[in-house]
Amino acid sequence: MKTIYLDHAATTPVHPRVLEKMLPYLKGQYGNPSSVYRLGREAKKAIEDARERVAQLLGAEPREIVFTSGGTESDNIALQGVARANRGRGKHIITSSIEHHAILHTAAALEKEGFSVTYLPVDKYGQVRIADLEAAIREDTILISIMYANNEVGTIQPIQEIGRVAREHGIIFHTDAVQAAGYVPIDVNRDNIDLLSLSGHKLYGPKGIGALYIRKGTRMAPLMGGGAQERNWRPGTENVPGIIGLGEAVALARENMEERAEGIRRLRDKLINGVLERIDHVRVNGHLEQRLPGNAHFAFEFIEGESLLLNLDLEGIAASSGSACTSGSLEPSHVLLAMGIPHEIAHGSLRLTLGEDNTEEDVERVLAVLPPIVKKLRDMSPLCRESV
Amino acid sequence: MYTDKVMEHFLNPKNVGEIENPDGVGQVGNPRCGDIMKITIKVDDNRITDIKFKTFGCAAAIATSSMITEMAIGKTIEEALQLTNKAVAEALDGLPPVKMHCSNLAADALHAAIKDYQERVGASQ
Repeated sequence: MKTIYLDHAATTPVHPRVLEKMLPYLKGQYGNPSSVYRLGREAKKAIEDARERVAQLLGAEPREIVFTSGGTESDNIALQGVARANRGRGKHIITSSIEHHAILHTAAALEKEGFSVTYLPVDKYGQVRIADLEAAIREDTILISIMYANNEVGTIQPIQEIGRVAREHGIIFHTDAVQAAGYVPIDVNRDNIDLLSLSGHKLYGPKGIGALYIRKGTRMAPLMGGGAQERNWRPGTENVPGIIGLGEAVALARENMEERAEGIRRLRDKLINGVLERIDHVRVNGHLEQRLPGNAHFAFEFIEGESLLLNLDLEGIAASSGSACTSGSLEPSHVLLAMGIPHEIAHGSLRLTLGEDNTEEDVERVLAVLPPIVKKLRDMSPLCRESV
Repeated sequence: MYTDKVMEHFLNPKNVGEIENPDGVGQVGNPRCGDIMKITIKVDDNRITDIKFKTFGCAAAIATSSMITEMAIGKTIEEALQLTNKAVAEALDGLPPVKMHCSNLAADALHAAIKDYQERVGASQ
């Protein structure tokens, strides 16, 4: 059975062009970029080319790009790095209640160290309100960290306005752009972003590589000691094949970004409209316009997400859910709860995230198999009065 | 993560539905935690002659519901009261640790149905 992969927010396949660029660096080009001889110099040159490509994606300068192991590490360096270097100035951090756990868990750890953290609420579409942000700012606020776009419901935040407010108050602004980078045009100068996290494997690059943009002059401290690589921000021998792969992936993302986004968006809208036409008692979560092109997020009443995912898996469809059973905890997704979605509805959530490799046929297949699966589970549910 | 037996009962659950005019009804769990099980039973001569379930929940919740109906049918009330959540999990060759308490409520639902039956019998005597 053909796999229909609809979980691109979790990870993407490596693009063939990315793999092709990486292969030499897994074979003959094994030099350490810190070495003085030719093999080393060539590796160094290749990672500097990749750095320039990442900088171009963000409208940044190459020397402002630091390669890391991925989004989680970038988030950690940003939050902990700013907190440590600025604790003399203030101990207040503002973030949102719908961040990725890489931010939320790091913020919670900083609270234990004596920092005070404000978690901004969101509206029912998952957007932070600028008035709430302004009201939360204190004399001792040192950092604002708000994600560019949400990984579950795909809602894009008012980043330019947040950046403007942060700049007006002289507060460092970090954004986790792991889901947005490569899908929406980002300009760190237009958006007044000081720190930005991105990850390779969300944009058809390899896993285990990411980047952190650090605006020059940003006051922060590195987390690890060890070597002078990445201008001391991230010591340790560079992941050369990963960096080369990320460089190619961001170059690909920049090519016709808007056209490719439009193609994915069209398929996504066909999927959303098709589900709404065929199934009752379903809602679409997240913002309808300010939304990542590939994200479709539903909540089906009366049924539970894991049961839905396992049934879809038997049909070869890979998807995800925010139900408690799939989160490994007893609570459903913190994002859905923060948006005011009741527990019992959050348990029935389904996230389908499309990518470049999806086709019209994929969407038609989902629209054919999803309604009978939902019906079967509803027929089994004590919450469902009549078969819908 | 699930055993073959869990998947078998999840995909082809036995005794799904609700008995009309049941002798006992038991419901446990709540929608907030993501699992609700409702069991209806028919009792003749102190023996469970028919049992059906409806469940809102994950694969473990549906599989344990299906399994308890198979384990309980034909049993006397006293025998059925001996069935435990643990025994249901064992009959399914085990459940993932995280599911052991949140989605393993089937015996509780059965016992609630029996309690309801006993109260109805007591009230009519």
